[in-house]
Amino acid sequence: MNMLAGIAGWGTYIPRFRISTREIARVWGDDPLRIRDLYLIEEKSVEFYDEDAVTMAVNAARTALRRAEIDPEHIDAVFVGTESKPYAVKPIASIITAALGLRLDVQSFDAEFACKAASDLIICMYGLLAARRVRAGIVVGSDASQGEPGEHLDYSASAGAVAFVLSSDKDKICAVIEDFYSCSSDTPDFWRRDGCPYPVHGEGFTGEPAYFRHIVEAARGLMQKLGLKPQDFDYAVFHQPNTRFPLRVASVLGFPVDKVRPGIVVNAVGNTYNASALLGLAKVLDVAKPGSRILVVTYGSGAGSNAFSIVTTDNITRKQSLAESLEQQINDKVLIDYSLYLRFRRLIRVLQ
Amino acid sequence: MPELGVLPPRYWRNVRYYYRLEGTRCKTCGRIYYPPRIRCVCGSSDMENISLLLSPKFVLECHTTLHSVPVEFEKFKPLGFGLVRAYLPDGQSIRIIAPLTDFLSRDEYEDASGRELEPTFRVVMRDRTYGLVCYGTKFRIRHSRV
Repeated sequence: MNMLAGIAGWGTYIPRFRISTREIARVWGDDPLRIRDLYLIEEKSVEFYDEDAVTMAVNAARTALRRAEIDPEHIDAVFVGTESKPYAVKPIASIITAALGLRLDVQSFDAEFACKAASDLIICMYGLLAARRVRAGIVVGSDASQGEPGEHLDYSASAGAVAFVLSSDKDKICAVIEDFYSCSSDTPDFWRRDGCPYPVHGEGFTGEPAYFRHIVEAARGLMQKLGLKPQDFDYAVFHQPNTRFPLRVASVLGFPVDKVRPGIVVNAVGNTYNASALLGLAKVLDVAKPGSRILVVTYGSGAGSNAFSIVTTDNITRKQSLAESLEQQINDKVLIDYSLYLRFRRLIRVLQ
Repeated sequence: MPELGVLPPRYWRNVRYYYRLEGTRCKTCGRIYYPPRIRCVCGSSDMENISLLLSPKFVLECHTTLHSVPVEFEKFKPLGFGLVRAYLPDGQSIRIIAPLTDFLSRDEYEDASGRELEPTFRVVMRDRTYGLVCYGTKFRIRHSRV
């Protein structure tokens, strides 16, 4: 198998506070059962008032570095995918390099492609590793995403981060990136204009011509490229704007539900945007046995998908025990009501 | 140019202490300092940097909650501060004063003394709507263990 580059460590961060979709529906006069049936989301994570995309990115990256067992001195690059930077101009990646105590000559930048940028950066890092231009690098997907109160996105837009340390060192790799396949098109399904506080979307248009078209194209393209079929994969993880979409796209592609369910996180934490499908990958890595093949397909509005085939190595079992699992973070929660939700997300208008 | 509440060089100079809890250890007698010192009480100035974040264990010794706070922290109320003991990998320990987070009322910290904490990277302060967002290390009660 191609062993050019792979995952040496992964780390996740989910804020401790959650709000139920039932509570949101209570405030906005929606039928909670209909809302639940529409999205299949029970709760979503809410960043505390001292959290943002930067803090979550740093916390996830620290865990990933611990699991990777790589000296910070050997990290040569840090890339961050996000669409909710607290600064319009000032990178998250450089704050991570300072927080992790990395060298000054580290390549670092942030990228944006809606929810897909972090997976694009995995491909960038793979290229640098394969070309032997970096020894190891960190890719982070982090978002504390916006959703207009009372609108569809209010029920799903949440907060979370995931980080991967990628390496070309065979002794460190616990999951090999076997191959990837990308596609993109100018599809206006979801966007946020500069200066607008909330994004807007094309309602039903976010489905067939956007999410489903790109994910199916990328997944089929990858399987064709590798000569693989759905039965060759032990797990399938898809971008998760709600629980209904990944289950349906799995069915379209011919994956049984029991291969998709282990990577579902959106029902418990909501849509974490750049962390969404990659948190699903982390959840699978937490439990996967050596030799498991995982299909991961990300999606970003605007629109495009990246499909990856990832195969775990014998190192996976040991790495699982080096940090807390995503399941533990999901279960470590405090439920809040809508008034605290508004305060935490700083949606109450104040002077300063 | 608007007035800045947080001056960039003042924040920048302290980033390593805020982000990584970087202190110093005297190479002569082994004493640890946080915040760092350049000279030890033993008289030596042969000091090395150490990050307290390498400590595998942090324990809350005692704590207090502030409800009357300076105006720049008004939106972060209540503020919690703890005396936190950091146990370093070599067995040494040091007690530091640190902010606490992820709590909404002082009741949540009742009986919390003696409990294990975990460090977490957080926003310490936002300088109005246009100034710097200042980050640093806070602590919260540890719920899960590996």
